[in-house]
Amino acid sequence: MTTVAERDESGPPGAAGRPLLSLRGITKSFGAVEALRGVDLDIMPGKITALVGDNGAGKSTMIKTISGIWGPTSGEMYWDGEPVTARTPRDADALGIATVYQDLALCDNLDIVQNMFLGHELLTHRLLDETEMEKAARQTLADLSVTSVSSVRQLVGSLSGGQRQSVAVARAVMRDAKLVIMDEPTAALGVSQTAQVLDLIRRLGDRGIAVLVISHNLSDVFSVADRLAVLYLGTLVSSGAATEYDAQSAVELITTGDRSQHADAASPALSTDIDPEG
Amino acid sequence: MPERAPNSTFGQYLTGWAKRIRYGESGVLPVVGGLILLVIIFQVQDSVFLSAGNLTNLLVQGSVFVLLGMAEVWVLILGEIDLSVGFNAGIGAVITAILAGSHHNFPWWLAIAGGMLATAAIGALWGVLVIRLRLPSFVVTLAGLLGLQGLLLYLVNAYGTGGTIRITNNVLNDLTNGNLSPVAGWVVAIGSVALFSAATILRDTRRRRSGLVAPPMAITLLKVGAVAVAVVVLVLICNTNRGILVPLRGVPFVVPVIVGFLVSFTFILGRTRFGRYLYAIGGNAEAARRGGVSLGWNRLWAFVLTGFTAGAAGIIYASRLGSISNNIDGGQLVLYAVAAAVIGGASLFGGRGKMIHALLGGLVIATIYNGMGLLGLAASYQYMVTALVLLAAVTIDALARRGRTAS
Repeated sequence: MTTVAERDESGPPGAAGRPLLSLRGITKSFGAVEALRGVDLDIMPGKITALVGDNGAGKSTMIKTISGIWGPTSGEMYWDGEPVTARTPRDADALGIATVYQDLALCDNLDIVQNMFLGHELLTHRLLDETEMEKAARQTLADLSVTSVSSVRQLVGSLSGGQRQSVAVARAVMRDAKLVIMDEPTAALGVSQTAQVLDLIRRLGDRGIAVLVISHNLSDVFSVADRLAVLYLGTLVSSGAATEYDAQSAVELITTGDRSQHADAASPALSTDIDPEG
Repeated sequence: MPERAPNSTFGQYLTGWAKRIRYGESGVLPVVGGLILLVIIFQVQDSVFLSAGNLTNLLVQGSVFVLLGMAEVWVLILGEIDLSVGFNAGIGAVITAILAGSHHNFPWWLAIAGGMLATAAIGALWGVLVIRLRLPSFVVTLAGLLGLQGLLLYLVNAYGTGGTIRITNNVLNDLTNGNLSPVAGWVVAIGSVALFSAATILRDTRRRRSGLVAPPMAITLLKVGAVAVAVVVLVLICNTNRGILVPLRGVPFVVPVIVGFLVSFTFILGRTRFGRYLYAIGGNAEAARRGGVSLGWNRLWAFVLTGFTAGAAGIIYASRLGSISNNIDGGQLVLYAVAAAVIGGASLFGGRGKMIHALLGGLVIATIYNGMGLLGLAASYQYMVTALVLLAAVTIDALARRGRTAS
């Protein structure tokens, strides 16, 4: 197995030093096809981890496994040090894992407040409590410094791509997500919109929320990520602080799964065994 | 002054409103405008059109289209369609007539309950077929249209005489042929306007005070004022003597019945989780599912409510004629139902539609139907004009949708 184990240099010791989510030996097979092979990955609270890899490397399989679309074929997941299973999206939701898919899962015909509370509406006397929902939605958007929307009662269909992304993220944050997974958040956006979303991602990190970002765009990755994890043909070939990589080494890892030059970072690091009891 | 809410000035509100129009949320003004235009055209052609007698007649005629349109709105919101509402309405009427007839002699309310329960169950059947077997609602309810026509023929021939079942119950007949006394009409009208005004002004004021999005006071007052004027004019017209030999005045009972349906259905769609989920499913079913919304149950209830409302429409239809016959044209009624909803502003593509749309669209159809009848134009013209209005409405719907997705 070529998996390189975690070397955690980024977090200070103490609570922040303990991973929020640890994957150990995660394997996912579809019949004879092994889409993920023994992936070990730690996701730190308040850190932005970028998951990169070529098409078919297993990025989507990976986030679907974490977010409970399907369970892993084998391997363990630890949440805050406790062994957990997330075999349905509800399980993941209960843990505090929120996934913002590329299609964002928004209803264009509903307004921002209605979208942010979709499926989790606040009620008083069994009726929708629009006042409380609108207040909470505005508060969350303000906390995330999303100032570009003129009214929270605007239909989501009338928003720009970056604003839609903000609404999808705010929905996750409002529901007390501790880990937000974002699938290609900047793929369809223009320059200023991209900057808006990257800012938003940084603010999530500042609030102590762990973020796992999938992206094809390495300049976005390097501008926002604290940590990098590279998948190659279902195997996690490298992971570590983003500062250990540069554009060239990242491209090499993505395309060949190997890094010839930077031997220091590519060498197998100390394996940090995770004690499930913390 | 507390935190300033967006859209808080009149000008900003108008800008926001213009923006919503571009995204197909034009509200009710276009159809109200169209309705006024139609009224002017018909009045110029024939001065009888705006007489008290004719307008009251138009209201009663329109009530069937309005209720059928409301029935259709439930499923249209989901992006589904129910082509069987015309004959389902007929079934409701037949069962109510049979239950209230000399055979069983049920009291009127039990007969109505029986009829509407049956049509709701038929709606549930379509719902189960569409949801569990994943069949297109278009095909399921097309089969339903044929099947219910057969069932209706069977029931009328088995229980009726000469191809009709007469309605003998007085209360059922009075639904459309009886009137509130002029005084009672005023009491009900003033009471409901006062309630509506108080609720609207109170809600908007409270929202403004908590810094939430709310229309400016001028818009709130304008809305309340328009409704109050409309209601007063309505009661004035209905309370004018329209009798020819004996005095006849008062608001037909069916008017408060329709308003009751309008208010309660609007409440369900706007204030409950169920209503919110219908819009969410119609807008983006996958997003609703990921949010944890049960697609199956909510869709099923929409089909049930479509059947339920269709039953009410059928009972009103039969009340007006005093009987239900086996030559009821359910195929044409369903076209009017869909037309009423879409002309009013509901979308065939799902996610958009309100009960008020069915009310306004139903009135448009009743106006065309009534006005062209007054002008002595053949049915051929009525169909063609209704077709044009429907085409115009669908075109606006499609263009608005394109405007939304193009952004």
